[in-house]
Amino acid sequence: MSTETTTDRTDARPVPPRAAIGTTIVEVRDIGKSYGAVNALSGVSTTVAAGQVTCVLGDNGAGKSTFIKMLAGAHTPSEGELLLDGEPVTFASPRAALSAGIATVYQDLAVVPLMPVWRNFFLGSEMTTGAGPFRRLDVKAMKQITFEELARMGIDLRDVDQPIGTLSGGERQCVAIARAVYFGARVLILDEPTAALGVKQSGVVLKYIARSRDEGLGVVFITHNPHHAYPVGDRFLLLNRGTSLGNFEKSEITLPELTALMAGGAELDSLAHELEREMPGSPVAREMAAEASETVPEAVRPREG
Amino acid sequence: MTTTDIVTIATRPRLERRPLRKILARPETGAFVAALAVLLFFSLYTPQFLSFAGAGVWLESASTFGIMAVAVAVLMIGGEFDLSAGVMTGFSALIVGILTTHYGLNIWVAVVVSLVVCLGVGAVNGVLVMKTGLPSFIVTLGTFFALAGIDLAVTKIITGQVAIQGMTKVPSYDSIQPLFGASVQIGGGTFYVSVLWWFVVAAVATWILLRTRAGNWIFAVGGALNSSRQVGVPVFKTKVGLFMGTAGAAWLVGMISLFRTSTVQANTGVGQEFIYIICAVVGGCLMTGGYGSAIGAALGALIYGMVFQGITFAQWDTNWLRTVLGAMLLAAVLLNNFVRTRAGGAR
Repeated sequence: MSTETTTDRTDARPVPPRAAIGTTIVEVRDIGKSYGAVNALSGVSTTVAAGQVTCVLGDNGAGKSTFIKMLAGAHTPSEGELLLDGEPVTFASPRAALSAGIATVYQDLAVVPLMPVWRNFFLGSEMTTGAGPFRRLDVKAMKQITFEELARMGIDLRDVDQPIGTLSGGERQCVAIARAVYFGARVLILDEPTAALGVKQSGVVLKYIARSRDEGLGVVFITHNPHHAYPVGDRFLLLNRGTSLGNFEKSEITLPELTALMAGGAELDSLAHELEREMPGSPVAREMAAEASETVPEAVRPREG
Repeated sequence: MTTTDIVTIATRPRLERRPLRKILARPETGAFVAALAVLLFFSLYTPQFLSFAGAGVWLESASTFGIMAVAVAVLMIGGEFDLSAGVMTGFSALIVGILTTHYGLNIWVAVVVSLVVCLGVGAVNGVLVMKTGLPSFIVTLGTFFALAGIDLAVTKIITGQVAIQGMTKVPSYDSIQPLFGASVQIGGGTFYVSVLWWFVVAAVATWILLRTRAGNWIFAVGGALNSSRQVGVPVFKTKVGLFMGTAGAAWLVGMISLFRTSTVQANTGVGQEFIYIICAVVGGCLMTGGYGSAIGAALGALIYGMVFQGITFAQWDTNWLRTVLGAMLLAAVLLNNFVRTRAGGAR
């Protein structure tokens, strides 16, 4: 529209101070949430560090969404502590969490399918140039930045003018991630980004998760697929029926152990104990115990009692 | 928005830098082709259609519909309808007529009062839609009938008649009349200032839609309401503003018809709201929102004006007017659709 370069950019990129790699940004201690008498989640602890990926794994109904809603400021925890840069905080709203640098990319991605990629990228935070009635979108700059930011994430779009609905599911995820990163996120919460995607597309998204991590962001990656979590994760929080099954460093757990835990190996183990108590020495109980010891690592067995 | 719409538009091949492909993918291209076809048809059928005198007539006819069609198109892109838009054109003119001829209010003041009242009704439409969550089709159907009743009843109570008489005797009438009702003679044709208003409204609407933040928000709230909310688009403000926009356009059209004819009937504008929507759809707007263009809607109104007057020029039995109009509008929409899907289907 205009070749003017002296722009009055009202929404210039907010550049947040990025913490050094490995510094804890967010820490949760024994956090929990109850709705009246119903205990949705309790006793969950983990950390999110700059340049690291914290994976939150669990089956449907495990409490994953309750957990991220507390991180994202949509719910206030009813127990435990949430620490940001070591200071206890409570987020009154998602907007408060966002201004603290915690951005959430939900499954529906908050994009408008018929609008061009660049308009989606800047939607709600458009850059403008000129003043008064001639204040207008800085189309050229926004297209340029969208192209560059996406290129930095490794997506080479031939045309940022195409409707975002024409992109593949993985690419759309990446636009949403790139947008959050550009607008100053320090912690990126990704709600099941690979859930609706095929193998190849999931691989693409995992690549961008790794890239965001390498940019120094703390990433919270919610998934129910240990095969997606393990390659990119630095820390694994396992949830099951509203409680924590454990919070493991990558060095503390292997992929088979993770898979076993996810597959309900721990439950298999308790089931074996149960059978042993009810029918001591029966062949069924012996078989069950054998299977449990094969799949469940010693470290993560539920304690007796 | 329906799945089909997303499939039709979103599965288009990526627009590489091919100018022709890019033009074909624009929402107003279909209306442009259809307008050319209609122009060509009537020009060949009746010689006086493409004369200055003829053009003056169909441009005038298209202009007031065009102003409304553009406003309604912008509203439809934002995902809403306004059925009260037609009756509001009469409502705004009646306010001015009654305030000046019966209460002796200064005509300039009356015109401004009329604008404020119309914007107020538009705001009420918008706030009701947003606060109740009801479809705008229902809410504005309500205001449509309420206003239609008020127009008739109040006019009858105050003036004892169903039309405003004696506008030309109002002091300062001549000072404001040219603004809305002036005309110039060019080559034997009469061209009204309303045509200029139509172009200005279409240009401003296009500027807003494509080059301002508000325009971005209009496309967003019509295309995906929840997503817009999540990224911080002021949804409430945008939607209420849109309803006020159609109300403002209805005021302008009301003033144009009042000052061109110097009279207004109590039932003016009733039944025209659907013509605006038809023009907008012919112009490439999706009924479901999030897609369309102001230029397209202006072209849709041009098609309407040409067909409307073309039938008279062709000296066909005017009893068939509505039928022919309906058929031609359907044809225009189909052509529009054909061009659009071709742009999408060509690989």
